[in-house]
Amino acid sequence: MTEIKQEIMFDRTFDAPRERVFRAFTDPALVARWWAPKDERLDVEVLEPRAGGSWRFVNTDADGDTNAFHGVYHSVAEDRIVQTFEYGGFPGVVLLETLTFTDLGNGRTRFTDTSVFPAAAADAYGGGGGAPGAMDRLAELLDQL
Amino acid sequence: MSDLDGTFAALADPVRRAIITRLSAGEATPGELAEPFPISLQAVSKHLKVLERAGLISRGRDAQRRPCRLRPEPLAETADWIDAHRRRTEERYDRLERLLLETGSGR
Repeated sequence: MTEIKQEIMFDRTFDAPRERVFRAFTDPALVARWWAPKDERLDVEVLEPRAGGSWRFVNTDADGDTNAFHGVYHSVAEDRIVQTFEYGGFPGVVLLETLTFTDLGNGRTRFTDTSVFPAAAADAYGGGGGAPGAMDRLAELLDQL
Repeated sequence: MSDLDGTFAALADPVRRAIITRLSAGEATPGELAEPFPISLQAVSKHLKVLERAGLISRGRDAQRRPCRLRPEPLAETADWIDAHRRRTEERYDRLERLLLETGSGR
């Protein structure tokens, strides 16, 4: 292994207006319909899409095993959500996620999810060199906290 | 269960990541590892201690050279975890896409 990933990115174009895509992330009834696999149950225990709010989803799989996912919202705007993401099974591994919603016109939306790993997040705290781009954004965000 | 956050914490430094990258090409002494960096051998040794405590490297017994060797298991586990997370998230957004299509006609 010669490269250690700092972040992963997802980039989608959805055939839906931006408000609908955004609602899919902020309306508990909608979240429950796509967040977990079809054969698993999702309980949206907490969903407070606002700065400082929390989120917590509990997923029950086909074997009856549960997994909790949770985090806090740093900021929520109609075109960008910044939040943390933590798996219950791996406490202490906290991802920083930036979700963007861009209106492309014609009822289409570009959605991106950039997830930064703890190594990179700690880098920003420590003020180390690290990769440009992601580090600059993180440093910016952390300055605002 | 592996100490995933311990591995991430150990990798939370560009010098340590560079050391890991160098060791993936083969073992090296602390002196050899320190060479590319504008920091002291002492500083590099501190980084090596962090990596060793996290189980990412092993130090040879040769007292003169004390070569460092990469232990691939924690990195492989971390890579597997990241890959699994990416896969699950892609599938999640596939489901979102389907939901948006299915419920689209009612707008």
